[in-house]
Amino acid sequence: MEIFGIPWPLMLSQLLLGLVNGSFYAMMSLGLAVIFGLLNIINFAHGALFMMGAFFAWMGLNYFGINYWVALFVVPVVVGIFGILIERSMLRWLYKLDHLYGLLLTFGITLLLEGVFRSFYGVSGQPYQVPALLSGATDMGALMLPNYRAWVVVASLTVCFATWFVIERTKIGSYLRAGTENPKMVEAFGINVPVMVSLTYGFGVALAAFAGVLAAPIMQVSSLMGSNLIIVVFAVVVIGGMGSIMGSIVTGLGLGVIEGFTRVFYPELSATVVFILMAIVLLIRPAGLFGKEK
Amino acid sequence: MNVATEQKPIADNDPKTAKKALEIRNLQAWYGESYILQDMNISVNQGEVVTLLGRNGSGRTTTLRAVMGLTGARKGSIRIGGVESIDLPTYKIARLGVGYCPEERAIFSSLSTEENLLLPPSISKTEKGMSVKEIYDMFPNLAERKASPGTRLSGGEQQMLAVARILRTGAKLLLLDEISEGLAPVIVQALARMIVTLKAKGYTIVMVEQNFRFAAPLADRFYVVEHGQIVETFAASELNSKMPVLSELLGV
Repeated sequence: MEIFGIPWPLMLSQLLLGLVNGSFYAMMSLGLAVIFGLLNIINFAHGALFMMGAFFAWMGLNYFGINYWVALFVVPVVVGIFGILIERSMLRWLYKLDHLYGLLLTFGITLLLEGVFRSFYGVSGQPYQVPALLSGATDMGALMLPNYRAWVVVASLTVCFATWFVIERTKIGSYLRAGTENPKMVEAFGINVPVMVSLTYGFGVALAAFAGVLAAPIMQVSSLMGSNLIIVVFAVVVIGGMGSIMGSIVTGLGLGVIEGFTRVFYPELSATVVFILMAIVLLIRPAGLFGKEK
Repeated sequence: MNVATEQKPIADNDPKTAKKALEIRNLQAWYGESYILQDMNISVNQGEVVTLLGRNGSGRTTTLRAVMGLTGARKGSIRIGGVESIDLPTYKIARLGVGYCPEERAIFSSLSTEENLLLPPSISKTEKGMSVKEIYDMFPNLAERKASPGTRLSGGEQQMLAVARILRTGAKLLLLDEISEGLAPVIVQALARMIVTLKAKGYTIVMVEQNFRFAAPLADRFYVVEHGQIVETFAASELNSKMPVLSELLGV
């Protein structure tokens, strides 16, 4: 069976690949959106913290024998705490300044983190084994579905929608939404906004680390893996609109799939299609598809 | 004869020992480089309704914001229920039992009406505020529209919501900034009835009001603010004799 002269199995496998990439875009841009919403910081370090998550999983396995499943829980917590330290010691001083200063600082943090890992491990990728439980593939008839990739999509969608639910449907989330609009007023109601800000940054960063651990068995664990991803993720955030939760999730997945299909129909364009879409969206809806004009 | 009990002053009748809900002394406040409050002195007893009068830009709103720690630098003393708050962060000031309703109302657009109402957490373990049911009884409009986004409400409903949400937290000192501004007469009357009810429930209220006819029958005492200082203070009973001075100061 063929569609537009493209065989079915190839279409399906590119769709899956698109969904996997889209899952990473969604988790990364979700964290960026939550952080930008409350802190007004464009967290360029997000890619480096993603890389750190993948590296910590690799180091945990190779130095301490910590397996994948434990790393999936522990690494986000460790990187989240590292994020809280960054927020408390450095970002805190920038909130009243222009976005540019936050971007510059987090860009500097990125160079620092990448430099540290590069000096120890170089730039070549370190392999990370797919956990035994998820190795192999399931025969779906039209295609062989690699178990681990299916798991990545399921795990990231679960985390994304749980995050959406907490922010949009719970009391804690209402503090975050209100704080995004008017943090001073929320503080005037007796809510400890400075702590809320630290925890939010820690949470956004933990999402990046979680994505990093998920990515370790698929991508090569290397000091530059974050830089390659973060550029596309920023384009995703611009298309979706800064600060929208559902917007980040939907745009992330959608663009992953579009990218996947572009690879089938016009492979030469697959690396740039996201940026072309970004340019079009910026022309037509400068605040992004889901963003609100300020 | 027990001398000790006879000499013991009766706290409520002695102005020096009566419990102060709010005591502002020599307060100075800045917004960046601008020196707004120059030497504020205000004293509010528990259960009193006090109104700050004055022209636009005289520093009344800034006084309320300074109490909440929402201005730039502050100097002087602000005691809330006897506790010095000048060095406290905003959230700790609120937890001393202060409810603040800003002039711009600050209703959150990404929260429903009910979420807006339930947002401020209880700030006192001992003091219970009004229950949600009591609040909905007082403002039936809010109950009808509880699922609507907060900023879809009419101006009057938003104002009710902005006041209502600080009533259930247990805060007993309310700072209300221009709550009658720009509202239809029928809503202004409803707000006036609310102030009377709240006073009967023992709330202490500091209002900033442009609408003199709204404030005049409600307040126990008045302060007139000019250039960031108190220039005149008098009780409600002196209102008539003070009218000539007031019309000169405020143009009312």
